[in-house]
Amino acid sequence: MFVIPSRLNAPQCLRKDHGISKASMQKRNRERLLVVYPWTQRFFDSFGNLSSASAILGNPKVKAHGKKVLTSLGDAVKNLDNLKGTFSKLSELHCDKLHVDPENFRLLGNVLIVVLAIHFGKEFTPEIQAAWQKLVAGVATALAHKYH
Amino acid sequence: MGGDYWLIANQRAELKLNSNTVTMSLTNTEKTIIVSIWAKIATHVDSIGVEALERLFASYPQTKTYFPHFDLHPDSAQLRSHGSKVANAIGDAVKNIDNIEKALAKLSELHAYILRVDPVNFKLLSHSFLVTIAAHYPAEFTAEAHAAWDKFLSIVSSVLTEKYR
Repeated sequence: MFVIPSRLNAPQCLRKDHGISKASMQKRNRERLLVVYPWTQRFFDSFGNLSSASAILGNPKVKAHGKKVLTSLGDAVKNLDNLKGTFSKLSELHCDKLHVDPENFRLLGNVLIVVLAIHFGKEFTPEIQAAWQKLVAGVATALAHKYH
Repeated sequence: MGGDYWLIANQRAELKLNSNTVTMSLTNTEKTIIVSIWAKIATHVDSIGVEALERLFASYPQTKTYFPHFDLHPDSAQLRSHGSKVANAIGDAVKNIDNIEKALAKLSELHAYILRVDPVNFKLLSHSFLVTIAAHYPAEFTAEAHAAWDKFLSIVSSVLTEKYR
């Protein structure tokens, strides 16, 4: 999976220069996934009340998990040349312990893209979106790489 | 009495298996959300359509294979015209939200017999539309609105691929 050098900056510059609160993005991303694709809730039985959009939005376990996931994505941005290596252990975890269908990584990636569009509006141009689509696709592939 | 019940239930099951009707349906809340966001889009529907196509071609270059005959440079006349066409068709679906199948019947045949766009691409265009709406209407595009629009575009896609085989 190749990322064109000039596009490499897109994910990093969006994250660094625009001082978006990491916490607010994390929360929005995870809760949005659980609202838009409710069947993804199947992995979160231990999270308590996910019965409605407002329950999900207010759920502290969802917030904490969103933070974990987005921190991981931060690692991806720092290791664009070695996504498979970076996510090797996490891939094993998602297969062997969590039993997550990799299709869910693609769903989450696309929800993240929508959240970025909401935050950045017109600045989230088609070109910048394309760079981020490559990143989330690369992360999804890396997370699925160790599946067996 | 029991026998009659089973007969009717089986007939219903058979009807469902034989029909091609879309099984997902929108709630009234979802319809309200979709219609209200469309009202905002309607004021510049053409540019929304063009932007969705631009995002589609930028993120998923393989989709350009369906347009070898087009000038796909930003702001080309063909891109503007096609963006307008696509967005207005979605508008027709919104205006006939209680009977999308009927509203898009001709388009459904067009896609099945003439265009034959691979079904995977409807998801890509739907996603591109969602991102476009999100970028233009961040405040309105709540999680519920996102879910409603995703479901709606999914239904539109099903209608358009209904006659493929």
